[in-house]
Amino acid sequence: MSAEAARVSPVVALFEAVGRHSLAVFEEVGRFFYILHTTLYWTFRRPFDGREWIRQMVRVGVDSIPVVGLTAMFTGMVMALQTYRGFARFHAEGFVASVVSLSLTRELAPVLASLMIAGRIGSSLAAELGTMRVTEQIDALYAMATEPIQYLVVPRVGATTLMLPPLVALANGLGIFGGYAVSVFLMGANPIMYWDKTFQYLDLNDVFSGLIKAAVFGLILSVTGCAKGFFTTGGAEGVGRSTTSAVVMGSVVILVSDFFLTKVLF
Amino acid sequence: MASARADAGRVGRDGPTPKIAVLDLWKRFGGRDVLRGINLQVAPGESFVIVGQSGAGKSVLLKHLIGLVAPDRGHIIIDGEDLTNSDAARCLEIRRKFGMSFQEGALFDSMDVFGNIAFPLTRHTRMGPDEVAARVRECLELVHLDGIEHKATVELSGGMRRRVGFARAIAHSPEILLFDEPNTGLDPITSAVIDSVIVQMRERLDVTMVTITHDMKSAFRIADRIAMLRNGQIVADARPEEFRSSADPYIQKFLAGEPFEEEDVA
Repeated sequence: MSAEAARVSPVVALFEAVGRHSLAVFEEVGRFFYILHTTLYWTFRRPFDGREWIRQMVRVGVDSIPVVGLTAMFTGMVMALQTYRGFARFHAEGFVASVVSLSLTRELAPVLASLMIAGRIGSSLAAELGTMRVTEQIDALYAMATEPIQYLVVPRVGATTLMLPPLVALANGLGIFGGYAVSVFLMGANPIMYWDKTFQYLDLNDVFSGLIKAAVFGLILSVTGCAKGFFTTGGAEGVGRSTTSAVVMGSVVILVSDFFLTKVLF
Repeated sequence: MASARADAGRVGRDGPTPKIAVLDLWKRFGGRDVLRGINLQVAPGESFVIVGQSGAGKSVLLKHLIGLVAPDRGHIIIDGEDLTNSDAARCLEIRRKFGMSFQEGALFDSMDVFGNIAFPLTRHTRMGPDEVAARVRECLELVHLDGIEHKATVELSGGMRRRVGFARAIAHSPEILLFDEPNTGLDPITSAVIDSVIVQMRERLDVTMVTITHDMKSAFRIADRIAMLRNGQIVADARPEEFRSSADPYIQKFLAGEPFEEEDVA
């Protein structure tokens, strides 16, 4: 490159950088919606691969029980510990149970469980599909007249979307139990009163909206992971990049969409 | 080879209807024209080999034939039907006529050898388990790999992976077989074994074959007709004996495996 060509005005360089980043963002968004759209399109077309759906549901749901359960239980325990000490300052210890149950079902259980699944499943979806892409296994599927979105993406997205609500329901239960255990056994709260207060202000709508959030987060994180993996380029390094990016993007999108969902659902 | 089939190499105005026809194919990647107006025809039953340097556009051309890459301009005609104008569902139908063997095998590492070869059968046919097992054994016998059905794909050597890839490609009895660099990275003896397997497959199956390679020994062993791809254009298209005796300095350098400078033309 000549010296003159290399001397680009800073304004032009700025516009170029903004343009490049804007295109990258549009590309990411486009890929997300392409995968979402084609997944919905192929979900209701034959052949249905029941065995693969069950395999993915076990992988996402059953295998994630320990990590989601531990996260929820300790979150409930910490919440009880923190709120009990805070509320004791103005003699409102009786409301600890309500705060724990409401914040878990409405917010913490769906968001934290989804973030844990984004780390565990979103990353593995991106790595799995990314490796298949760079080793031409996805091309091989096309070559064998098999639509990779239908064979690979549909069961993974479907299983994650279906399994997040039951996982969050379990997280709700374990989180509330964690709060109960700390309040009753550590702080000496009255167990009967604690139990009563847990359900006094808790509405069915609180639980259901949390479960709806969970399903939406499951859809978002699985589509993000699959899109990252499906469009991987650049060999092993590219797979690594896709994996990291799937977790980061998935987590950010979950947190951003959480605000809008909360605004709509409550 | 196969002089009885050699006449199949002549297609055109007076010859048989081509199995594959490529008309004025153009493809641009990253600001560079990878394919620049490719025209070629392959007759039914012919073994057509495309040779050329790395980066000449061979793999891109092969992927166009099966619809893995969409052209910027031009047409791919399979059995008189335009693949480029077909919708997604029709494309899948047309692809069932193909079997493709990938450079490194592209075997599904989540399945064993049996699962890989049985995949197109369980996906696209109504064969029962016994029929599938018999067909898998038959395909493995054809590529001289009897009795390895239950090996994991990671346990296979490079040559075995290619041959399992061949077995998978022929499992559903395709009409057209595509081979993407079947000898790359293999020692000369294994390479010769691969070629003899291709020749035997050709003799035992009623198929049209398109192979891309840069290995001239291999090309002469398996071809009825050889085309040379250079800078995205077909610069030669001839029977092996005509190709060998070509006066073109580039072809002579390619055959001799010597560096070529543009001044050599003068």
